[in-house]
Amino acid sequence: MKIMKNCRKEVIQKLIPRILFTILIGAAAISMVTPFLWMLSASMKLPLDVMKLPIEWIPDYFYPDNYKKVWNIGGIAARDYHFALAYYNSIKIAVINLAGSVLTSTLAGYAFAKIKFRGSNVLFLLYLATMMIPSQITLIPKFVMFNKMGLTGTHLTLILPGLITITGTFLMRQYFMQIPDELRESARVDGANEYMIWARIMVPIAKPSMASLAMVVFLWNWNSYLEPLVFLSDWRLYTIPIALTNFIEESVTEYNLVMAAAASALIPAFLVFLFGQKFLVKGLVSGAVKG
Amino acid sequence: MKWKLSKQMKTDLVGYSFILPNILGVLLFTLFPMLFSLIISFTDWDYTQGFGNWNVVGVENFIRMWSDEWFTSSLINTLIFAVTVVPLTVFFALVLAVIIDKYCFAKLPIRLAFFMPYISNVVAVAIVWVMMYSPWGPVTQLVQAFGVENPPQWLGDPKWALAAIILMTIWSGVGYANMIYTSAIQGLPRDVYEAADIDGANEITKFFKLTVPFLSPTTFFLIITTFVTSFQVFAPIQIMTRGGPGTSTNVLVYYIYTSAFTFYKMGYASSMAWILFIILFVITIIQWRGQKKWVSY
Repeated sequence: MKIMKNCRKEVIQKLIPRILFTILIGAAAISMVTPFLWMLSASMKLPLDVMKLPIEWIPDYFYPDNYKKVWNIGGIAARDYHFALAYYNSIKIAVINLAGSVLTSTLAGYAFAKIKFRGSNVLFLLYLATMMIPSQITLIPKFVMFNKMGLTGTHLTLILPGLITITGTFLMRQYFMQIPDELRESARVDGANEYMIWARIMVPIAKPSMASLAMVVFLWNWNSYLEPLVFLSDWRLYTIPIALTNFIEESVTEYNLVMAAAASALIPAFLVFLFGQKFLVKGLVSGAVKG
Repeated sequence: MKWKLSKQMKTDLVGYSFILPNILGVLLFTLFPMLFSLIISFTDWDYTQGFGNWNVVGVENFIRMWSDEWFTSSLINTLIFAVTVVPLTVFFALVLAVIIDKYCFAKLPIRLAFFMPYISNVVAVAIVWVMMYSPWGPVTQLVQAFGVENPPQWLGDPKWALAAIILMTIWSGVGYANMIYTSAIQGLPRDVYEAADIDGANEITKFFKLTVPFLSPTTFFLIITTFVTSFQVFAPIQIMTRGGPGTSTNVLVYYIYTSAFTFYKMGYASSMAWILFIILFVITIIQWRGQKKWVSY
């Protein structure tokens, strides 16, 4: 009896701090998502209800037409914000850069990890060192360069530099380093050259790492702001972040529309997160582990 | 005469062909622009005067900026921003990661809630926070609910604007640092903790004597990366305050941006971009050196 009692006491003693901490941290977690909840709630309101006090977290009257107006569906919008076009542009650029980055990073990562060419270590260190260069320093020269090359007014200004990522190369090299050399040697004995080994053996086994990299690159591109702001001057080229800032300037007082636009801009990133959470976190974390 | 490649040369060629796209990309879009940037930082180039129409002024830009109030204020604001954001983000992330790992039910949903701001589009997030800080927004309402009768106009008040953006930045960055800490915590050696339990160490002691030292490489990594990204803060400033009111939120990258793309002073803006680079470079080097002293394993 006494042992049972002690046992129960211990369980309760352990349980109480757990429950208290869960409540405490849970409350903090809820306050973290409050801005999102507020955004969703405001995006469903009539214009004047957004400013109504006290705040109505669940609106009395749901007004999903805000989304139709933002997307110009059904012709009820006072004007076309070209939001769908910006969405298409953003997805196009993100997908091209994702494919390019995964390809170039897998190629270079494999070579730096496995092929014993002369100068590979020095080149890799120099290559990594360029990661320290802030993108702001190359912004003005790139702006001038693209002007000279006649690329201003095209998406190539974002795509060409976006086809390689230093972090990606680093990530893939880390992955290939831990693949045993025997795999490669046995393929060589069978007469395969490096390109065949890369395409038929290395790429298939590296797929999970490639998926992680792909998601990280997608998010970077989807959220990138400074470069599109500088390089894109025509509304037909706008990506989502630029279209959003433009949107606020054009519809300053219609907060409900602005919130519907902001909510729409978050969807792709949340989808990537929802379906690829494991890969995404792995990609973000493995870039962080000391090399 | 027939060329014959040695085996090593063949390997070299194959290797270079694999890294060619990356090397080309870095040369074209990083190293060459950097060289170009260095050159124009010694000129008085005004973009409206056309390409090549500039005078070489030597180090004049680099001297003049120290008496430019906009530049010095932007540097000070950036510094204040970084030295508040970095320790707070890293500290909260560490405490959260330890508590969630050890005590919480529903670990995954809690972690995801903290992580959500990090993956969200910075523009969308900044817009939402502008509304949060408005007189009818939740932040102001909350402060009023605690009895403050005349809450400040957060983003419109020179005393509060930078603090308001700092709060938002911590909110959006803590989830990432938390995720990195969580994965590091999962790799901690369990037997050491069991030994400490047998010795009767309490949770606080274990946290300071075991967890903090064990996680020091992660902390070190996070401090560097958060510092570097904080020093480059731009989007929230550009969207929420445009550097104002006055010079209260004018940060370095925002000032570089407006100098170059609003006033077209390409030469001067490039010199300031180099100062940014030098600061980041020096900080990274100092932190690497310091790592040896305080990273304890």
